[in-house]
Amino acid sequence: MATDSKEGGQELVFHPMDQFIVKPLFGDGPVGLFTVTNVTFWMVLTVLAIVALLVLGTSSRATIPGRAQSIAELAYGFIRKMVADVAGKDALPYFPYIMTLFMFIVFSNFLGLLPGAFTTTSHIAVTAVLAMLVFVAVTVIGFVKHGTGFLGLFWVGAAPLPLRPILAVIEVISYFVRPVSHSIRLAGNMMAGHAVIKVFAAFAPLVLISTGIGLVVTPLSILAITAIYALEILVAFIQAYVFTILTCVYLKDALHPAH
Amino acid sequence: MEGDIAQMGQFIGAGLASVGMGGAAVGVGNVVGNFLSGALRNPSAAAGQTATMFIGIAFAEALGIFSFLVALLLMFAV
Repeated sequence: MATDSKEGGQELVFHPMDQFIVKPLFGDGPVGLFTVTNVTFWMVLTVLAIVALLVLGTSSRATIPGRAQSIAELAYGFIRKMVADVAGKDALPYFPYIMTLFMFIVFSNFLGLLPGAFTTTSHIAVTAVLAMLVFVAVTVIGFVKHGTGFLGLFWVGAAPLPLRPILAVIEVISYFVRPVSHSIRLAGNMMAGHAVIKVFAAFAPLVLISTGIGLVVTPLSILAITAIYALEILVAFIQAYVFTILTCVYLKDALHPAH
Repeated sequence: MEGDIAQMGQFIGAGLASVGMGGAAVGVGNVVGNFLSGALRNPSAAAGQTATMFIGIAFAEALGIFSFLVALLLMFAV
């Protein structure tokens, strides 16, 4: 998707959004429903990395944990504490799913930071499925646990009576935009960060084309890539954390719908 | 010059919608700034409230995401 302007030598070498194109892994036929694409490849790699850390890493079950086992135990304890603190002790039966979500998102975010890698979570299609599953699951749990009492979530008992119908409308709207903001927050953050890195990466080889301005721009853009990469490492973790903690908040609403 | 008035409108509209993300930046900065000023007054209580801060950030950010969504819809769906 390189720019096809006829200005000559100065256009970007590659388009910053090229990295998000879904391609078949073998050959270059059309992408169908069951085509093995680079998304499939990186998702499989993500799952394999999680299995390597959580299953192989803890297989020795040492009393004094090694490096892999300590990281696996840290991650387990971190998420378990988050679920117990934010969603309450009675949300612990749902802890395995939340742990799975967190590990999948954090690993695909970090694997996407490898140069040349594909970030699966930068696609709204991927994050929308994750967010819709959370949304549907939470709604079903709410209705199964409380029946119609779950609708009390939309009827703010603490507000004055004339205000309650208006608040109910707002609450219903905010309930149904949850999967939208939940999914786009993750995809947008990952996509924007990687696109910024690629924009600076396109400026970096400028010294090869024109000697004058390139001597200033190239070191600056390499510095900028380094700085933004460091920021992206932070963002990769924080977005996985935010996705998980919001899942816990939604789960708390389903388990304790009364305001 | 290529394209038409409708396409120009899409691009201008998407750019205008992006301005809304500045509001999310103000909101997130407000949340973190107030958290920090509270945390520096009472550092012992701060550790327990970081999760609340992240939830607040996420809710403040959600409204910026909607302006991003409008920009995306204008660019690719209209």
